[in-house]
Amino acid sequence: MRITRRKFLPKVAVSAERQEQPQMGAKHAATSLLLGAVLLCAGPLAAQTVKVGFMSTFSGPGAAQGDQLDKGAKLYLKLNGGKLPQGVKVDVISRDDTGANPDVAKRIAQELIVRDKVQLLTGFVWTPNAAAIAPLTAEAKVPYISMNAAGVNIVNMSPYMARVSFTLWQSVYPLGQWAAKKFKRAYTAVSDFAPGHESEEAFIKGFKDGGGTIIDSVRIPLANPDFVPYIQRVKDAKPDVLFAFNPAGKQATAMMKAYADLGLDKAGIKYIGPGDLTTDEELQGMGDAAIGVMTVHHYSAAADRPANKAFVAAYKKEYGEKLNPGFMAVGAWDAMDLVFHVIRAQNGKLNPDKTMELIKQYKNPNSPRGPIAIDPETRDIIQNEYLREVRKVGGQLANVEIETVATQLKDPWKEFNKKK
Amino acid sequence: MDVFLSSLVSVAFHGIAFGMILYVISVGLSVTMGLMGFVNLAHGAFAMAGGYVLTSAISRFGLSFPLALALAFIAVAAASVLLERWLYSRLYDAGELEQVLFTIGLIFVAVAAAQVTFGMLQRPVLLPDYLKGQISVLGRDFPAYRVFLIAVSGAMIAALWFGVERTLWGAMVRAAVDNRAMAQSIGINTRRLFTLTFALGSGLAGLGGALGAEIIAIQPTYPFEHLPYFLIVVAVGGLGSLRGPFAAALLIGVSDTACKYWLPQFGAFFIYVATIFLLLWRPAGLFGRRV
Repeated sequence: MRITRRKFLPKVAVSAERQEQPQMGAKHAATSLLLGAVLLCAGPLAAQTVKVGFMSTFSGPGAAQGDQLDKGAKLYLKLNGGKLPQGVKVDVISRDDTGANPDVAKRIAQELIVRDKVQLLTGFVWTPNAAAIAPLTAEAKVPYISMNAAGVNIVNMSPYMARVSFTLWQSVYPLGQWAAKKFKRAYTAVSDFAPGHESEEAFIKGFKDGGGTIIDSVRIPLANPDFVPYIQRVKDAKPDVLFAFNPAGKQATAMMKAYADLGLDKAGIKYIGPGDLTTDEELQGMGDAAIGVMTVHHYSAAADRPANKAFVAAYKKEYGEKLNPGFMAVGAWDAMDLVFHVIRAQNGKLNPDKTMELIKQYKNPNSPRGPIAIDPETRDIIQNEYLREVRKVGGQLANVEIETVATQLKDPWKEFNKKK
Repeated sequence: MDVFLSSLVSVAFHGIAFGMILYVISVGLSVTMGLMGFVNLAHGAFAMAGGYVLTSAISRFGLSFPLALALAFIAVAAASVLLERWLYSRLYDAGELEQVLFTIGLIFVAVAAAQVTFGMLQRPVLLPDYLKGQISVLGRDFPAYRVFLIAVSGAMIAALWFGVERTLWGAMVRAAVDNRAMAQSIGINTRRLFTLTFALGSGLAGLGGALGAEIIAIQPTYPFEHLPYFLIVVAVGGLGSLRGPFAAALLIGVSDTACKYWLPQFGAFFIYVATIFLLLWRPAGLFGRRV
């Protein structure tokens, strides 16, 4: 019934809602019912529009990452935006969060909920932004689907939050276990920020669970122009393997260059890390220093699954032959698929609790990254993790998948920290 | 003992190399700010421009590395002449605050322009084979590129020092900076002199950005991100001196590397603590002249 109100008399409806603020209480429903009853006989059924708020970074230093979300989401809308029940339309409203900026994130989410009346929220590259809007999603009962924000605890912060991207534990814990089979002594070097700490913890647990020894750990400041002193220290400590995590792009590249410059590869020290180190979009800019780096991740543009080949081809057709989609573009693509799934299943009439039920049941055997599902218990992603190595394929650097190290893996951190 | 000695050699080498990187990316500022007294916070924009010239020249037009370096210097110097004539020269007599605001504004423009033209991702530097890998000296391996950087920086400081201290042009610059009116009255064309000196400083910034690009990646936020380093080198070295920034870059490079190697927990803030104490000890910088 609320739907009829929306399409027939938007102006009246808006003013009615303005008085009520975000809560969609009984009074609101009654008003809608009344308006609906009055207007039901007013004319033929017009389009049923579902508004979706999409929040990403379009300006500032994080715009490169935000652009990935935008490209993935837009590509999905272009190719699959029409696959909706008759009379249902989706209106995606984009907002700029300007970077890892919780205050702005909260403000734009509030505007989207109160002013634009969105029924679903999605987006966000950055964990602090997703964390900032958690209370809003619960208060206003507007479900949020994380396209990227990977802080392990995000989905625990509100019953209306779910995630299609990944957690660092998901890639790094299996990496640690795999590494323990090949190497005995590991050195960890991570950037000194929350994801760095998270990956350090996950790797150490995985590596120790597999029987390996950690000989030393170092945390490197985020604003660090030269990695050579740290890497020289690693070289002198003579580990078998170096586990690294830095923000993708110039930091990760600088550390790999220091590793190559000091000849750690010749000293028999292997360089490993989560796939965030060698993202598909940054990889070409990293140069030959990245060759031989081994990572575990849920997505590689070089993967030869048919669904991925189709996705990469569509992406290149849309945005240019030189541009590879990265895991963030895939996160956005899959999030949009989930958005469309819940809209189709409810015929465009979204109920927040029904939406959450549908999200929890979501399964997609044909994501570009392989089969994925949402864990009904945690609302977090379940996916495969692949071991990859950076190699030169046809003159281009690529993350070549070697083996699947974990199949349909739930977030290990939540498994280890289950309430008993 | 042997292990300690070996790590000492490593730290000394890497420290000097890092110092040289700091020096090459800051040397242009020591000319415009140190010599001409213009607070050019947009220095990093010129360095970034040099980096983009280098990477584009190599990857798009297939120039050799040394040619691309020369082009970075020439292109940035030439572009800066236009900027100097149109914009900078109007602010020579303005206060420091105006200069700071103006040049910060320029940074914003440069960042946005770079983002539109080159995108947000970093640009790869395609080094020639002879600068890749390691050079073995006395049984120890040193990264070839860093050896090259040390040599180039050494040559740069020598040439600059000779130019400013031993040539007529240097004497005119020093005279014009000390007392512009007097310099003009004895027939020095200070306007042309400043344009040329500014072009030299900007060209050096471009060259520095290009030389350092392999280690300090070129991407649009470069001018903001590395501004603290440029300023630290020039401030600790002291304004109005050319040796100062060189000594400061070496001192900071070596001590920062040593601290990161032996005490990595404190690596994050050592450089700033050192700067504070050095400036408390000598407010005008190591070789600064009190004006």
